[in-house]
Amino acid sequence: MKGMSIIVKTIANFTFPFILIYGLYVIAHGHLTPGGGFQGGAVVASGLGLMLVAYGSEWISKRIKEHDLSLLESLGALAFIGVAFCGIIFGGVFFSNFLVGTGNLFGGIPLNGAADINSGGTLPLMNFAVGMKVIAGLFAIILVMALATLKKEDAI
Amino acid sequence: MIANIPFIAVALLVIVGLYAVIFRKNLIKMIIGITIIESGVNLFLITLGYREGSIAPIYTSAPEGVMAYPVPQALTLTSIVIGVAVLALMLSLVIQLYRHKKTLDVRKFGGDDQ
Amino acid sequence: MNKREYLGALFLTIVAVIFIFSALSMHPFGSPTEGDMDQYIIDNTVEETGANNGVTAVVFDYRGFDTLGEATVLFTAVAGVILIFRRLKK
Repeated sequence: MKGMSIIVKTIANFTFPFILIYGLYVIAHGHLTPGGGFQGGAVVASGLGLMLVAYGSEWISKRIKEHDLSLLESLGALAFIGVAFCGIIFGGVFFSNFLVGTGNLFGGIPLNGAADINSGGTLPLMNFAVGMKVIAGLFAIILVMALATLKKEDAI
Repeated sequence: MIANIPFIAVALLVIVGLYAVIFRKNLIKMIIGITIIESGVNLFLITLGYREGSIAPIYTSAPEGVMAYPVPQALTLTSIVIGVAVLALMLSLVIQLYRHKKTLDVRKFGGDDQ
Repeated sequence: MNKREYLGALFLTIVAVIFIFSALSMHPFGSPTEGDMDQYIIDNTVEETGANNGVTAVVFDYRGFDTLGEATVLFTAVAGVILIFRRLKK
């Protein structure tokens, strides 16, 4: 697909960093406010979709390859499983929350309404892993479908 | 009967989705009907855990009041993501089907045995 | 085509009657049955998980296994879409 006019490209350039920061804020504060890994990942994937529509799929596919997106998604899934297996080593059961109340990385318990990022145990780590997986997965689906509907087709 | 309006809305959504799947010939319209059925099921899951005059289950500077049940909301999250996955696979199969048959009419696939 | 449309309309009417009748005889909206599991989760979330968000604590801590299954479904869907549109290098 071809890109759009220069006015659309300028506005997309201007709003893309704000969408990125808002999506990463929703992912990072998943244990304090409504949100989390899946919701923030959908927001960032929508921002990347905006850039795809404004610049055309050929321009984007020269800079982001499907190989890198597949690697990012696999890393996110492996990090999620790795945190779950560390629960067996340190806690005793699968998926146990072994960082709560110890004061190491994300320990600390918020008392009566205070919102502290340094809390939540293994929840922020799992939020980052799932967020990375959802961003790479949803954008890979959009990019592959946009590349498959080009005019010159030499498909199967 | 006025007190059950969300459940009647769920029933209407499922009926409209089923009508689109049964009575339409275009493949894209049938996919939209399946998506409408999924929206109805998600709405049903959320409205199962609401108590009268309750607030959201967030503890950060929460006002006074009982809290709604958080488990049906977690199940709805999973259901929405699975709906997205199924929709992506359905659409990619329709694109591949259009390349081979050059038409989107369901009645023209396969042999005519009517 | 008439036989097919007749059967479709009959099936849709039966399903519509069943759904409307079930929607009218559910419990009134706003007073569900008493849930002991949900009450335990609401009372003990902040001490056991240290999170201020009840829904995230349920999704990732109390019911983390379902999230593992959902991540697998998402991975399989992405793998399937990329597999359908691959280009054979000749």
